[in-house]
Amino acid sequence: MTTAISVTDLTKVYGERSALSHATFEVPLGTVCGFVGPNGSGKTTTIRMLLGLIAPTGGTGTVLGQSILHPEKYLPQVGAMIEGPAFYPALSGAENLKVLASLGGFPQSRVSELLEKVGLADRGGSKYKTYSLGMKQRLGIAAALLPNPKLLVLDEPTNGLDPSGIQEVRNLIKDLANEGTSVFVSSHLLSELEMISESLVMLREGKVLFAGRTQDLLAAQIATLVVEPEFTVDLGKLVEIATRHGKEATVDAGSVHIVADATWGATFNRLAFNAGITLASLSATQPTLEETFFEMTGE
Amino acid sequence: MLNVTRAELRKLRRPTLLISTILVVAALTALFTSIVFLRANSGQGNGQRGEIISPAVLSQATGLIYGFKIVSFFLGITALCVFASQTAQEYTLGTLRNLLVRQPSRMKILFGKYLSMIIFAIALVFLDAVVAIGVSYALAPHAKVTTTAWFTSTALSLLGRTFVNVLLTTLAFGTLGMILGLLFRSPISAIATGVIWSLILETILGGVVSSTQKWLPGQNFDNIAQGGSDTVSYKWSLGISAIYLIVGFGIVALLFKRRDVAN
Repeated sequence: MTTAISVTDLTKVYGERSALSHATFEVPLGTVCGFVGPNGSGKTTTIRMLLGLIAPTGGTGTVLGQSILHPEKYLPQVGAMIEGPAFYPALSGAENLKVLASLGGFPQSRVSELLEKVGLADRGGSKYKTYSLGMKQRLGIAAALLPNPKLLVLDEPTNGLDPSGIQEVRNLIKDLANEGTSVFVSSHLLSELEMISESLVMLREGKVLFAGRTQDLLAAQIATLVVEPEFTVDLGKLVEIATRHGKEATVDAGSVHIVADATWGATFNRLAFNAGITLASLSATQPTLEETFFEMTGE
Repeated sequence: MLNVTRAELRKLRRPTLLISTILVVAALTALFTSIVFLRANSGQGNGQRGEIISPAVLSQATGLIYGFKIVSFFLGITALCVFASQTAQEYTLGTLRNLLVRQPSRMKILFGKYLSMIIFAIALVFLDAVVAIGVSYALAPHAKVTTTAWFTSTALSLLGRTFVNVLLTTLAFGTLGMILGLLFRSPISAIATGVIWSLILETILGGVVSSTQKWLPGQNFDNIAQGGSDTVSYKWSLGISAIYLIVGFGIVALLFKRRDVAN
């Protein structure tokens, strides 16, 4: 078994509306895979099918080597937080985890360990309804970690967390991945995903736009050279030079943006020098995951 | 399945639910038993539907269980509310998805939940029996009721039978609550439908067209606790209640097994 998740042509149709259409992707074992897409693109539907909560209309899939039609075979090794945390408001955080520990047959001692791990040790005895959004989120993550999972499925785990909370979740995911846990995480914080995801699945309107290594996706994007001349009067001349050499160039906020990768930087520097223009700065920028996402999804 | 039951019992024993249910059951039992004994000499009716239960009747072996079984209907309504709310809240709180991720067998979830509810119902009926017998014994001298016959083997066997019958009534109403909870997936809708139907509509229907009493589920459930009545036999009520509940439970179990959990 080399994949944590593998789906082929996975489809879910509600009446005439297709929530997911022939999705095919793989999540390598022991890696962090980001799952991105605009709202309503089919992320949660996919996650629910992987967890046996909804039945697929078509296609096949495996989780930890077992068919998604038999979730009982793999769910004991899967931790999940779907669409935010959901607990019993009148029970304390610890009691809520004990309910799930009893249900899954896990030792009750895991509860205090996990409350400690997610930073809720001192509030474990407080009723869930008194928790802030961030605390609820932490409790959701603790619940997902109850089975000491081989695969962790997290849907928007950083919702409601402050910057330090987001950093803690990022570190937690990294630690889990280092320990060999596969993590499939959906998030709108693309900068976070860019930092931790080795692979990526991108959805739009129920269709897979990209599935593969994050590096490959970003490398395939067209880079931009940002050039700032010493004197702004030269901006037009720089655009003309770039255009003459077949490059697309625009002026934006006192600098020229040329669609070209970093290797053309030296050539352009020389051309500008030959034209008698001194450059104050020249840098190559690769599109971020966020920019790539917007570009690909048309959002 | 036992893991599910253990998990459910954790939820059922939360103070807000447990204490309020104990207080309601104890108060209702004490109230109804007190009415039976304190009005035993009034001649104006102290039983169900104006029935007169005299001190002479209460002094017989059956006197021990009057207070106990008279509250069975309200005990049933309490069970209906608890069972409906415990089932439907999993949908409204979104906690069903957590349960199903930890226990993917939906039938184990359903029957584990049901088993925990049965345990809860047994505790309610036991509390009802203890309070009713305690209040009956305490008020017997005031109502000029002699209690010698209450401690005979006949009375104790009657008590055992009544315990089983009241438990069956409580479970029947509770099961109806669970069916409504699974059907409506909202505690408010399930409880409102169950209570309005059993308390109001059935009473009106049964009162206006007495022949319908034989077919009304709530009336039949309660008739089991009473050990049958002049118009509807115990066996009929047991049979028709079983049919209603098995069919109803079968349908919602199938829905629960097949329905997507999309909330």
